[in-house]
Amino acid sequence: MGYIAARGGTQAILNAELLVEYMRLHAASDPIGIDQIRDQMRAAVGRAMNEGALYAPNLAALALKQSEGDSIDASFLLRAYRSTLQRVMPTIPARGVDIRCQRRISASFKDIPGGQMLGPSTDYQIRMLNTLLMHESTADVQRILAEYDALIAQHADTDERAGYFPKVVDYMRAEQMVPFVRDDEGAEPFDITRTALTFPCPRSARLQSLAQADTGCLLTYAYSSVRGYGDAHPTLAELRFGALAIAVTHPLTGEPVCIGEIVVTECEIVSKAHSVAHNQERPYFQLGYGFTFGHSEVKAMSMGILDSVLSQAKRNGLSGESGPAANEEFVLLHSDGIEASGFTAHYKLPHYVTFEADLKVLERAVDHVESDALNPHAAHATTAKERL
Amino acid sequence: MTEQHTNIYNFGFIDEDSKREVRRQLLKAVALPGHQVPFASRDLPIGRGWGTGGLQITMAIIAASDTLKVIDQGDDESVNAVNLRRLLTRTTGVSTTVDTQAATIIQTRHRIPEEQMREDQILVLQVPMVDPLRWVEPNLERATVMHGEADYGRMWVYMYESVIKAGDIRIATQYPVIVAGRYMMDTTPIPRWDVLRLHNADHLSLFGAGREKRVYAVPPYTTVEPLEFEDFRFKTEYAEGQRCHRCGATNTFLTGHFVKSTGTDEPGHWVTSCSDASYCDKQMVAQGWTEAQE
Repeated sequence: MGYIAARGGTQAILNAELLVEYMRLHAASDPIGIDQIRDQMRAAVGRAMNEGALYAPNLAALALKQSEGDSIDASFLLRAYRSTLQRVMPTIPARGVDIRCQRRISASFKDIPGGQMLGPSTDYQIRMLNTLLMHESTADVQRILAEYDALIAQHADTDERAGYFPKVVDYMRAEQMVPFVRDDEGAEPFDITRTALTFPCPRSARLQSLAQADTGCLLTYAYSSVRGYGDAHPTLAELRFGALAIAVTHPLTGEPVCIGEIVVTECEIVSKAHSVAHNQERPYFQLGYGFTFGHSEVKAMSMGILDSVLSQAKRNGLSGESGPAANEEFVLLHSDGIEASGFTAHYKLPHYVTFEADLKVLERAVDHVESDALNPHAAHATTAKERL
Repeated sequence: MTEQHTNIYNFGFIDEDSKREVRRQLLKAVALPGHQVPFASRDLPIGRGWGTGGLQITMAIIAASDTLKVIDQGDDESVNAVNLRRLLTRTTGVSTTVDTQAATIIQTRHRIPEEQMREDQILVLQVPMVDPLRWVEPNLERATVMHGEADYGRMWVYMYESVIKAGDIRIATQYPVIVAGRYMMDTTPIPRWDVLRLHNADHLSLFGAGREKRVYAVPPYTTVEPLEFEDFRFKTEYAEGQRCHRCGATNTFLTGHFVKSTGTDEPGHWVTSCSDASYCDKQMVAQGWTEAQE
């Protein structure tokens, strides 16, 4: 053949798939178990579930194994799988106050109702490599679990309300620091998997979009808005991590039925109120909300900051004047990791037709320049292709 | 993927509710030629930007009795065409063809087949950018208002400035057109050569943008007019005397490729041949050629 360079693709594609399998297994080390990934790679599993927009720890672990740990690829596998599932019904709105917390902190008040609870956090850990983990044995695992169990036996809180806390933001509302949100109870939230995101979009569409966005991208946009390309002044009202029961309405009895618990991270950001002079509303802090599956604090906080920045901009009829993170279309349309990576990678596809057409435009442009008698380069009249 | 994997998937991959939504938006798109209709756009096992909009249209309209042709750059054997065809046949089991005449649905990226399509055929085009106004107005909310009011002045100014500054309308592909005298439409990265072939065509053209979540359509016998000035007309890539190096066709879109010389010190030379590979083969067969000869 030799006429079209990237033809005859079938065998090449099959061989490429075999090579990928080979690269994953080439060193012949023990295959990783799905349970090991699910239990010991919690952060990666949480991220895959967030960006894959599907709460499924086992499938997320499988996706991570299949993608060799690539977070965007793992979430891509989950997203594609989600498209094959029928949407049965929406759940009954779950409330953050019902999270059974393992961790719960506030940066806005030293003393909060219920108290601060540091919980499992690496925030104050000295980030030095723990070389002991290089040779961790099953015996080590059992020893650490036994130590933990002994501590629990000594100090366990038998109160069944242990882990449940009032919300800091409810206190702020009572004190009129932040406004009450319009009561939409009963109204189904916007679902970007069923209705295309169009602009202007409701806040529920923004929050759903941010919740499945790429963590790194949200971090960058949120960071830009606090560092120098925006006027966000966020304070962490509350961050909590724990288990949240999910309920649906029974289709026959109409009673709420709990269908299980999910592990979640939730946060509220309050931002300094400003530029309110042109309206007559009572000044208040702008509230931003962040929510993620699993334990994903940086993503939840980035989402909260962006939500507050975008709400603030919208309230003042602005769109990006104070920085790119305050432009809702810009943020929502460029933060999806699966869309962004897919489109960026598509430039690997053949572009022979478009490039041929581009070449014709280039040739016409060269002709235009060279036909200009005053142009000193006119003497070297060659077509673009001849130069190649 | 082995056979047992595919069994858990629905006919045409996406669930039936999602397909129905695509078909509803397509009906609206056909009723408003050239108008962009938002659709939810589900995630597919193919990368965003690799043809997911076209795929969702094909998945939503395909039936077991259909005969499918998938091309990329005009070529049935291009790697992406192979891959998309593989997904569609695995999840539908439909028969496929490379023959434009034999297909009921043709999914394509960057080309319209050279052979004229009929009323009973549907062309599904993959769309990367959707809005022809993106160059002059990237904000969708404002661009939507501009389309609503047929306010295309800024695009005309863009084209005018291109002529004044470069002596040319510097748009190679995605050439903007006015459909049925009303909406300005992005023709997708087809070459200019293909733009005129959308005009009053016998077949239905459906356009799908997965990442941008829009569909649009050009129904049969609908006018498609490229933007041009009375004193600066639209021109295609066609060059007087052009000829396919392989089949000798003089009326097709050609792409260039480098042919290595054998047995000389010359590194080789550039030749051009039909980008529609199956059409080129068909012409060759008509001239008594067999694949073994090549």
